[in-house]
Amino acid sequence: MISSLDNFSNYLYKNKHILLLIFLLPPLLWLGIIYLGSLVVFLFHSLFYLDGFTGKVVYQISFSTIAELFSSPANIDILIRTVVLALAVSIGAAVIGFPIAFYMAKFTSPKIKIFFYLAIMLPLWSSYLVRVYSWKLILAKEGIINWVLAKLHLTWLLDAILSLPVVGGPSLSISYLGMFLVFTYIWLPFMILPIQASLERVPNSLLNASYDLGATRRQTFYKVVLPLALPGIAAGSIFTFSLTLGDYIIPYIIGTSKFFIGQAVYTHQGTAGNIPLAAAFSLVPIGVMAIYIYFAKKLGAFNAL
Amino acid sequence: MKKVSIIAILFSFVSLPLFAAPLQSLGSGEGELNVVAWAGYLERGETVEAFDWVTGYEDNTGCKVNIKTAGTSDEMVALMNEGGFDIVTASGDASLRLIAGGTVQEINIDLIPSWDTIDPRLQNAEWHTVDGKHYGTPYMWGSNVLMYNTNAVSEAPTSWDVVFEEKTLSDGKSNKGRVQAFDGPIHIADAAMYLMYHQPELGIKDPYELTNDQYQASLDLLRQQRELVGRYWHDAFMQIDDFTNEGFVLSASWPFQVNLLVGAEQPIASTIPQEGATGWADTTMVHSDSENINCAYMWMEHQLSSNLQSDLGVWFGAVPSVPSKCGTGLMDPAAGIYQEGQNACQINGIDNFDKIYFWKTPVSKCETQESCVPYYKWVTDYIAVLGGR
Repeated sequence: MISSLDNFSNYLYKNKHILLLIFLLPPLLWLGIIYLGSLVVFLFHSLFYLDGFTGKVVYQISFSTIAELFSSPANIDILIRTVVLALAVSIGAAVIGFPIAFYMAKFTSPKIKIFFYLAIMLPLWSSYLVRVYSWKLILAKEGIINWVLAKLHLTWLLDAILSLPVVGGPSLSISYLGMFLVFTYIWLPFMILPIQASLERVPNSLLNASYDLGATRRQTFYKVVLPLALPGIAAGSIFTFSLTLGDYIIPYIIGTSKFFIGQAVYTHQGTAGNIPLAAAFSLVPIGVMAIYIYFAKKLGAFNAL
Repeated sequence: MKKVSIIAILFSFVSLPLFAAPLQSLGSGEGELNVVAWAGYLERGETVEAFDWVTGYEDNTGCKVNIKTAGTSDEMVALMNEGGFDIVTASGDASLRLIAGGTVQEINIDLIPSWDTIDPRLQNAEWHTVDGKHYGTPYMWGSNVLMYNTNAVSEAPTSWDVVFEEKTLSDGKSNKGRVQAFDGPIHIADAAMYLMYHQPELGIKDPYELTNDQYQASLDLLRQQRELVGRYWHDAFMQIDDFTNEGFVLSASWPFQVNLLVGAEQPIASTIPQEGATGWADTTMVHSDSENINCAYMWMEHQLSSNLQSDLGVWFGAVPSVPSKCGTGLMDPAAGIYQEGQNACQINGIDNFDKIYFWKTPVSKCETQESCVPYYKWVTDYIAVLGGR
């Protein structure tokens, strides 16, 4: 018995790739069957279609569901709405996140830096839902923002902003502007941390060299810091973009009840039983993300992770 | 997928003859009862101490109740199809699907002593009685109501037009942006019901059975409503928040929200306008393969004869299936107790039964028309309406 075990271990010693296979098989099976397998099965459903008469799924290959997705103006609206918001949120998070990350990376003592890390991570310790619901109260018509502006006699300013076409609405919590604010807040940490990491890697000597060569602060920033931080911004934007693309909870709580991709998927597969259309809808974020990641990779986003 | 359904069909052939006849006599309890129910339907005093209608059943029968809550009718059907449950509180849209699928069994009403106390209007209701066979015991019913803020709307509106058309309210301001509507596709039925009253030439006979023309007319009305609606509601507590903090004053809603808002001393009231209202009626049904069938029958008796009917009616803002059990209180969420002296059944609309169009799933094959628009179309088109299309 022992000798056969010995033989086995000798065999494995000589054939290292078999050993590797044995160790890697469980996680590979997990990834392959449970993760990718279910995904592929689900996406494959987009090639089936719903029988108009019985409302049951017909298991025959057809492109009619995908055609339906792209031929209905309401569906196109949903796709455009979601992608535009995801882009806006990514840009917003980069604009707000960059100065914070820059300050953290270049101008703080280690102690202050820990404080910043904590302050950025702290919201992630509380429930996502709690944060979204509290934003609903903050943005409400009877909420704190309105109250402060009323005390400052600035209600006219808010009214002017809310009367803007498209982004405005009856109140902050019932407008795209409100959604943008909440999304930006929720995903901000995912933007700050990669930018901060990429800025940490910019050596101070490089900045000094730039000054020595006669560059102004502004020139140094645009010619040296920003290009080197770009991979970090691209990496952060992958998070903010993809997370916004798939979220279906914030649009239910904040905003004008207009649907986003995540909600469309949820509703079509959950309440309507229209799994083919839900699957077709989920193809879009995958496609958009593939294009997005292709360009992010060109900017070197994966070097900053 | 296909394989599973073939097996299910084969299985139903096997199991149907076995359960062709309902239970003939009651034995002793099996010690357990597994329930699929709506949230808030089975309370054992854990949310609010005064509301407990499960412990008494467990003590009397020795059947321990295990509760699985479901959020939608589709979820309920899926759970029942999976099996392992004894009873379900199915709404009108799920019940017929469960019967057609052979998932629930015919019940013997002779084994339920309190059957005759059930509201006669519910005893043979079409959502649980098929070909004269009973497939369940009525649990609870209720209606949607028109909820309004009394500061903005001084008199109870007599028509749903206040949520479908732009109007100046009694506070001198337009209703635009101050109206809410349910974000589920079933809200299309509310529009159809409105048109049924105001445009008889469309020939709508049942708000859940719409021909394409009737359906398009309903969608047009909802597109007009979209202009008035700031935000749609899908969660009862979020609507309560919106009526408290966002200045909404009118909405089709449930008595549940009205009761909670009134309890929180908000200037809120509700009414059922002349066109009628949509509503729900739930039924306790027994799984075909139930292993605890005696406990299930005991539950159905308990559901009719105990404090369940009166307390649940008050708790949920619904109407008991047993009229003699009407509670005499209104829930006060702050104190968690009844306010004595008010008739909960009256408040929750027991007199409105004939005005209510009970919820059912729209299907292509319908009775009142030649062919109807099925539910999955309702979903797609309602999403488009919400998006302003």
